[in-house]
Amino acid sequence: MTSKKKFWAAVTFLVLLHAVIVFAGFVAPYDPTSQNRNLPFVPPTRPHFIDTQGRFHLRPFICQWISRPQSLYEYKESHDKAYPIHFLVKGPEYKIAGLFSAHTHLFGVEVPAQIFLAGSDNYGRDQFSRILYGGRISLAAGLLATLISLMLGLLLGTISGFYGRWIDESVMRTAELFLVLPWLYLLLAVRAFLPLYISPMQTFFLLVAVIGSVGWARPARLVRGVVLSAKTRKYVAASRGFGASDIHILRRHVLPHTYGVLLTQAALLVPQYVVAEVTLSFLGLGLSEPLPSWGSLLANLQQYNVLVSYWWMFIPGLALIVFSLGYLAVADAFLKRLQSTTV
Amino acid sequence: MARRLGVSFWAPCCRLIFPAAAAIRRRITGHGQPSWGHYGGSLVVAQSAEPKTLNPVTAADVRSREVIGRMVADLIHINRDSQKTEPSLAKSWTTSGDGRVFTLKLRRGLRFSDGQPFDADDVVFSFQVYLDEKIHSPQRDLLIVGGKPIAVQKIDSYTVRFTLTQPYAAAERIFDSLAIMPRHLLEKAYHEDRFTQVWNVTTSPAEMAGMGPFRLKQYVPGQRIVLERNPYFCKVDQRNNRLPYLDELVFLFAGNEDAQVIRFQAGDTDIMSRINAENYALLSRDAQNRGYELFDLGPSLEYNFLLFNLNDVKGPTASKLGPQLAWFSDLKFRQAVSSAIDREAIVKLVYAGRGMPLWGNVSPSNKFWMDQSLPHPARSVEHARDLLKSAGFSWRNDGRLVDRQNRPVQFSIVASSSNNQRTKIAALIQDDLSQLGMDVHVSPLEFRALLDRVFQTFDYEAAVMGLGGGDADPNPEMNVWLSSGSTHLWHLGETKPATDWEAQIDQWMQKQMIELNYARRKRFYDQVQKIIAANLPYVFLATPNILVGAKKNVENFKPAILEPITLWNVEQLYLRQESGAAAGAKR
Repeated sequence: MTSKKKFWAAVTFLVLLHAVIVFAGFVAPYDPTSQNRNLPFVPPTRPHFIDTQGRFHLRPFICQWISRPQSLYEYKESHDKAYPIHFLVKGPEYKIAGLFSAHTHLFGVEVPAQIFLAGSDNYGRDQFSRILYGGRISLAAGLLATLISLMLGLLLGTISGFYGRWIDESVMRTAELFLVLPWLYLLLAVRAFLPLYISPMQTFFLLVAVIGSVGWARPARLVRGVVLSAKTRKYVAASRGFGASDIHILRRHVLPHTYGVLLTQAALLVPQYVVAEVTLSFLGLGLSEPLPSWGSLLANLQQYNVLVSYWWMFIPGLALIVFSLGYLAVADAFLKRLQSTTV
Repeated sequence: MARRLGVSFWAPCCRLIFPAAAAIRRRITGHGQPSWGHYGGSLVVAQSAEPKTLNPVTAADVRSREVIGRMVADLIHINRDSQKTEPSLAKSWTTSGDGRVFTLKLRRGLRFSDGQPFDADDVVFSFQVYLDEKIHSPQRDLLIVGGKPIAVQKIDSYTVRFTLTQPYAAAERIFDSLAIMPRHLLEKAYHEDRFTQVWNVTTSPAEMAGMGPFRLKQYVPGQRIVLERNPYFCKVDQRNNRLPYLDELVFLFAGNEDAQVIRFQAGDTDIMSRINAENYALLSRDAQNRGYELFDLGPSLEYNFLLFNLNDVKGPTASKLGPQLAWFSDLKFRQAVSSAIDREAIVKLVYAGRGMPLWGNVSPSNKFWMDQSLPHPARSVEHARDLLKSAGFSWRNDGRLVDRQNRPVQFSIVASSSNNQRTKIAALIQDDLSQLGMDVHVSPLEFRALLDRVFQTFDYEAAVMGLGGGDADPNPEMNVWLSSGSTHLWHLGETKPATDWEAQIDQWMQKQMIELNYARRKRFYDQVQKIIAANLPYVFLATPNILVGAKKNVENFKPAILEPITLWNVEQLYLRQESGAAAGAKR
């Protein structure tokens, strides 16, 4: 595959992934917080095509999990009744973009059967739905924090590179300070000062603000370098000779050089910040129960018995890996393109 | 070896209180009599971390007490199996007719683990230290009866008299776990006001002595503490062999429960003291192959509950908690919450079915004291809604519950973040109460921070906590139920009872404390339980079963539901030698 094809494959994949996560309400069959107290830790539901009589069905069907007698959280499939998987079915209410409520889900099965594509957790909540909804939070945190970092980095890097002298010195030394700042401990400290209960929204913006504002240093340094080299170009001097203002020079001649760097940085920073959010939620500093995020889903694995007994609890980790690989592939492609254009 | 004393400390007719425990007993020992073992070997048990101190008077944490308890002895001991008192260092005791004067006869010829003789002076010295206000012993509260400390008087070298200001039910039980300390080693430090600093983990073994089955041998920081056989220990087995059988008892500092489970699974430790139900299920999967056995002893004495802040909160905290305090103080609100909580689900999902739902403060395993007539209302969301309606609450169109002033009902529940089970309970309650339209948040909090909020600042709304597990007798519960008690969590620091029912609890608790007749005492304590269940200062939730494990070659293993669950009879434990391996080793 050529690098161009690779790039488009990665981009398509990422767009699909984001679409699924953005439309989590539609794709997920259930509400992420609704509990099924009779079905804790059920394994992923298996779609079947061939029934017990050996007949083939074009429409896949599932069987209900029933718990084995005298056992703890062990299940077997009940073959008494087959529940075909239907598409575009009515289910629990959800909101599109927080405004319109809808009932139609991509797929589902008839009650009382339930379809758990990625198994269920300790409270019998559908993990597939939780991964999708959790992805929203993790992803939004990553994107927003990246935006904040890049804006800050662009602003400070440009000022620093363009004006130089003491401004450059002070901004760059501050950037170095931020680079060595242990952001995890910073966040722990910030959390300790806050009241006992802060709403999920506040927690979310706190996370985003801290992750984003700590990470500006690297993009700022890169942008500064680009600006430094760009401002010495002859066309900049020429433009200045014609009496162009600083703003004009920056807009027309300097900043366009930074876009490639910024795009590459964005593709690198998003997965990095998503992992940062996951780390914080894993440590219990993120959103509180019952709202899911990839980190709090993975936090279940802190218990030894969950770690060794229920393999499907690792699936959120898999989602994170796939997601990060997608972004890194795009970043790689950006980088190659950047090198080929600058050389 | 001189056999001065044969302590027949196995009461000939143990009352079998717990069916589950009884079954285990039969499996282990056959006839209820411990079998005689052979000497040697070392037994390894895991602890989460190092003991903070080895000083029996100042030790307050479970880890320290677990280690210290194996090195010291008390005058009168509660047999953890029968839950009855039995002679220990005291050979016998008499009570005066009015129940106020106890005369204890000490055993003669006993020695501390450094070989020095023991007599009444050591007893008087020990109690002097326990009662000293400057030392702040956590046991001191127990020795204050009717507002006055117990008076201790030496009659002769082997007789001591204890005088109480008022009769005290089951007074001999307070002697349990009060370690008798060597006057010859500690008196100097006590008079120089350095008593609280002596006997820490770094103290050299030569400077320590006790009368328990083991004595300190070695402490390896961060790794383990090793105890060795006390050659002067006073108890013997049926064949007059001096106990204990084991050469060494090793406490391994292994980390949290999961880490302990891994060590136990790997065979690094011989006994595992409290296992949570999920790890129990995990361990039982390959118990056969790995050569250990697991035991479910039935419900513990611990009670977990939802606590509402009913304190007299003042200042900025009060304005912050305004509406919540008003809701919580409404009995109907608390009853509605209690009615909406799915206790069966807690037992099923938090304790994996190995636990019991609770509607009162006394665990069903405490057969002597539980009020059997206490109602066990089934979960009913409808009933909860009716209660809320009659208390003036109503529902908005979107299903949110609002009070008379149209304020939405919301509060947060704090739970210890290190206790996975309690945070899970809180998450289940959150979901249960959302069905009533309440907006409840769960805030996991570091345990110290939680205690600080509950005991000091009162800056919390509701909390999931657990209490109990010490003794089956009601008297240690005095500080929880008396309105002036130090653990009267829902409303601390009451100078006089804030409500009529708290005044009634005070009366009945005082009455049962000075009543010496068991049947009458039980009636009084039943009253207390009824008033508590009717007024719900705590919403009782559930109690976990006590789950333990031991390697198959640990003999005389007889876990009990009272602390220390597994090591209370450590002097009788011995390791059965695998005959083939032992023979092979000799050759």
